[in-house]
Amino acid sequence: MALTREQIAKRVAMELQDGYYVNLGIGIPTLVANYVSDNIAVMLQSENGLLGMGQYPTADALDADMINAGKETVTAATGAAIFNSAESFAMIRGGHVDLTVLGAFEIDQNGNIASWMIPNKLIKGMGGAMDLVAGAKNIICTMTHASKHGESKLLSECSLPLTGVGCINKVITDLALLEIKDDAFHLLERAPGVSVEEIQAKTQGRLIIPKNTPEMTF
Amino acid sequence: MAGFDKVVSSYSEAMVGLEDGMTVIAGGFGLCGIPEGLIGQIKRQGIRNLTVVSNNCGVDGFGLGVLLEDKQIRKMVASYVGENALFEQQLLSGELDVELTPQGTLAEKMRAGGAGIPAFYTATGVGTLVAEGKETRNINGRDYLLEHSITGDFAIVKAWKADRFGNCIYRHTAMNFNPMAATAGKITVLEVEEIVEPGELEPSQIHTPGIYIDRVIKGVFEKRIEKQTTQAAR
Repeated sequence: MALTREQIAKRVAMELQDGYYVNLGIGIPTLVANYVSDNIAVMLQSENGLLGMGQYPTADALDADMINAGKETVTAATGAAIFNSAESFAMIRGGHVDLTVLGAFEIDQNGNIASWMIPNKLIKGMGGAMDLVAGAKNIICTMTHASKHGESKLLSECSLPLTGVGCINKVITDLALLEIKDDAFHLLERAPGVSVEEIQAKTQGRLIIPKNTPEMTF
Repeated sequence: MAGFDKVVSSYSEAMVGLEDGMTVIAGGFGLCGIPEGLIGQIKRQGIRNLTVVSNNCGVDGFGLGVLLEDKQIRKMVASYVGENALFEQQLLSGELDVELTPQGTLAEKMRAGGAGIPAFYTATGVGTLVAEGKETRNINGRDYLLEHSITGDFAIVKAWKADRFGNCIYRHTAMNFNPMAATAGKITVLEVEEIVEPGELEPSQIHTPGIYIDRVIKGVFEKRIEKQTTQAAR
């Protein structure tokens, strides 16, 4: 069975380590916050200028001056810091954020990512995504492996305008966990009950399959 | 002697000197920390042909979005312009020019502009549409783009509290782009929730020193929330 959005987030959360500063993008990445192990402490960075993003406020504590990068009302966690946008991107560009999790429309075997623009359809802007992929030490991309029509999103070469070049090294899809290196996708884990054949069929880019591909455990 | 007292008493006084064709830098992220009253004044004055530099362009009917209604903006420099149907319509019809700029690059362009640095190199955008027409240089084995900084004829900024000298403090994440915008205007106008006397704010806690500020006005704010997300009370 392909993973649900929540299961993808759960698998990403297993990649978090104690003491990590983490930036979570919009969509599935946001859900990762719900699955952080009780045994570790992580600090969430929101690029509008908040390090230590807390939970949503209760209705009586709503504050227009307290939002995250998705423009949702949030709270500050204990030990949080608030700063300006230039400072926020100094952290990001300067490589101080330990892990960035973001979504994508397409990824290719050279680690290129397309996530911000579909010509003539979706031109809303890149927001902070280009800075994040250029600056992060460690990026995990979450996405569905193929479109609703079955077209692969893991390609030999991205067809949409790029967000960044050669910057993605790990992808977690609804079907598999893959590493990108040496101009290929390397299959590391498969979703429970998903066959290697299905993953192969839905990966248009070069796929390296090990002798045994373990199923994900949660 | 006015000395350093920068307080003005009306919005029209706050925006004196703004003319057609000028560049206006605005603080704010989404609808958070935007100079609502100063934007309203630009609308009332009917200034046209503006270049507006801001992370976003408000929403339909609020924030910078209201300047689209009478087509007062000719060019928008922003990182994200979703949530705005009128914007999209004017962009597609060619009435509005837009320069999409990565968010961190936009913040740094304002910061550098205000700090007297004309341009800087950044890895953000290398190999993408953003790199088109820009100088690329390899430094220590990595490619970087040359990005030019931004200054404005006016900067419009929202803070929480200011003293009469323009020293100010922002509140929570309403800070965002405001401190950089404040430094990058030839004339910087600060709209605040509260004006206090000099000496009331702790000098070491000032976010933006008054030297960057030309005019201060006590504003009236709606402080609309774009996405109300809550959890159940415990």
